[in-house]
Amino acid sequence: MSLTAVEIHNLTVTYDRRPVLWDIDFSLPAGHLIGVVGPNGSGKTTLLKSIMQLIPSSSGYIRLFDQPLEEVRHRISYVPQRESVDWDFPVSVRQVVRMGRYRRGNLLRRLSAQDKALADHAIEQVGMTAFADRQISQLSGGQQQRVFIARSLAQEADLYFMDEPFAGVDAASEDAILKLLSSMKEAGKTVVIVHHDLQTARSFFDWMVLLNTRLIKAGVTKEVFTSQNLQEAYGGQLTILSQVSDLVQEKDFPIREKQYRDKP
Amino acid sequence: MEFFSFTDPNVRMVTLGSMLLGASAALVGCFTFLRQRALVGDAIAHAVLPGVCIAFLVSGDKNPWVLLIGAVIAGWVSLIAMDFITNRSKLKTDTAIGAVLSVFFGFGILLLTAIQHSGAANQAGLDKFLFGKAASMNQQDIITFSSVACFLLLLIFAFFKAFKLVSFDPDFARVIGLPVRVLEFLLSTITVLAVATGIQAVGVVLMAALLITPAAAARFWTERIQVMMLLATFFGIASGFFGSYVSYVAPSMPTGPWIVMLLSAIALISILLAPRRGLLARTRLQRNNARKMRTENILKTFYALGESTTNWQQGFTTLALQEKRAFQPAKLKRGISHLRRKGLIERNKEGLFQLTPSGFTESQRVVRLHRLWELYLSERMNMAADHVHNTAEAIEHILTPEVEQALLEELGHPIQDPHQSIIPYQSKRK
Repeated sequence: MSLTAVEIHNLTVTYDRRPVLWDIDFSLPAGHLIGVVGPNGSGKTTLLKSIMQLIPSSSGYIRLFDQPLEEVRHRISYVPQRESVDWDFPVSVRQVVRMGRYRRGNLLRRLSAQDKALADHAIEQVGMTAFADRQISQLSGGQQQRVFIARSLAQEADLYFMDEPFAGVDAASEDAILKLLSSMKEAGKTVVIVHHDLQTARSFFDWMVLLNTRLIKAGVTKEVFTSQNLQEAYGGQLTILSQVSDLVQEKDFPIREKQYRDKP
Repeated sequence: MEFFSFTDPNVRMVTLGSMLLGASAALVGCFTFLRQRALVGDAIAHAVLPGVCIAFLVSGDKNPWVLLIGAVIAGWVSLIAMDFITNRSKLKTDTAIGAVLSVFFGFGILLLTAIQHSGAANQAGLDKFLFGKAASMNQQDIITFSSVACFLLLLIFAFFKAFKLVSFDPDFARVIGLPVRVLEFLLSTITVLAVATGIQAVGVVLMAALLITPAAAARFWTERIQVMMLLATFFGIASGFFGSYVSYVAPSMPTGPWIVMLLSAIALISILLAPRRGLLARTRLQRNNARKMRTENILKTFYALGESTTNWQQGFTTLALQEKRAFQPAKLKRGISHLRRKGLIERNKEGLFQLTPSGFTESQRVVRLHRLWELYLSERMNMAADHVHNTAEAIEHILTPEVEQALLEELGHPIQDPHQSIIPYQSKRK
């Protein structure tokens, strides 16, 4: 499979007026487990959020399966960081997973029996059937993560973006998630995962994007995981680059000239 | 009690109207509460006052539709102002909310005073918007506000799924292509509308109570959003009913404060008595925990006393127990009688206390958990042998059979703890 799942050109993103991603440029093949790896504050989450258009980008464009996000939304799924929601919200596991079946078209109607069955199947896939009626605050961190993944599975997408699904997860949940990921890969799905742990990244992913506000390298894990690349990514920020970032933030300067346009 | 006969059609109308207002405000408030926007709700409530006044000044009339439109516009302007301040200045959200609330409300009071002193013929009664007066609603008011309330109820029913998702996880809603901006706009609009109608009964100053308190109280009783919304609606209806009752019985009183008193009572009861989340339930849980620790410690002491001679079939005095471990005498007595009731301890022929067979098994279990945990700490967490005892004292009481099993497997069914004491297993009974 040499189909391209993700194609990113010239992506520059600022957060609170400070550039956090500089001219990122890479493409990812379909059908792989792909890790996005880099030190804290290297822009991993920002990258996912800009792909999902949750935050505006200053320049560049992104194509998924060679189309803009709007056209292929139904084939894309997103698992946000666990901390991004209030887990004390009074809903059950099943209710959250069913949210994965919500569409613009069925918003005012009840979910169909098929939608409900798909949600239940997703709960089963992550091994949470016994907890389906629990309120979500009565779950461990790993179980909450599995609920988020189940909601994403219920979407029946082809391309998944997951933000730190292994953060704060117990060993049982980690195993469950890993098994699931490999079966997703076998089914031809593409999964892009933000991951912070270098030790495990190497064994989890067959492709990798190494990031530290700029792209260090994207490619097959073996080629990316060289001591030279890692040194470059984890050896700290580039001094002059972060000085310039400070300047941009301080002076509230635009990161592109006004006439600048991106061509897909 | 003429009120309860409901023979007066006016009383009927006002009561029904107030109940509808209470229901819609409480229902809308559920989303305000779940989105953690309680303070924003309060700010909107205060901010509608200048809108009402300006609408009156412009139209020179107390037509409810006109006043409602004025209130909604002012509510919206306040929302936009809060957003603008938060996004465009370095001020934080709480500052923006506080500033908008006081500026709008101050301006409203200014206008209200000016109107009252202008000598306009029909200005009387505008001040009821401050603290509410259910009984002063005329028929046109009631029809107007009730139809808005019904509209809100229908809207929430239709958009329930979408509102639920947007309140829980707006990013996800955006990613699956839902029109989140539109939905958030709708949510804000229904909040403004609920406030604009609800002030008839409670007034702007205390409106936030009618919006937020029912939801907050309902949350204590349930983990399901549907049940929570039903309960909140019921609390809202009750406060509407109560408000109209008060305004007939005590015509000189504003209704708002009375409604707030009732709602506060409901909230207080919920905070205290609700199962699981309530204060009382949590205190009881803690008392149970303390008793569990105490009785298990007594069993452990029996075990320790027997261990020195490896004979557990002998009796001891309470003094002997106290010498081994510093129990408070009263608590030790209570603990022993509790254990006797459960058949874990008995009084033998000599009048001494002794473990029963099931008591012995139980004491073994507690000691085993203690020693397993000590071993786990020293082996897996590299803690020194003289540091592990105190943590094990607490942890032994909460280890479940599943954790015990996992510990046994992980440590390979060990024989000795870090202090070379024997770890007791069930089969080793002598």
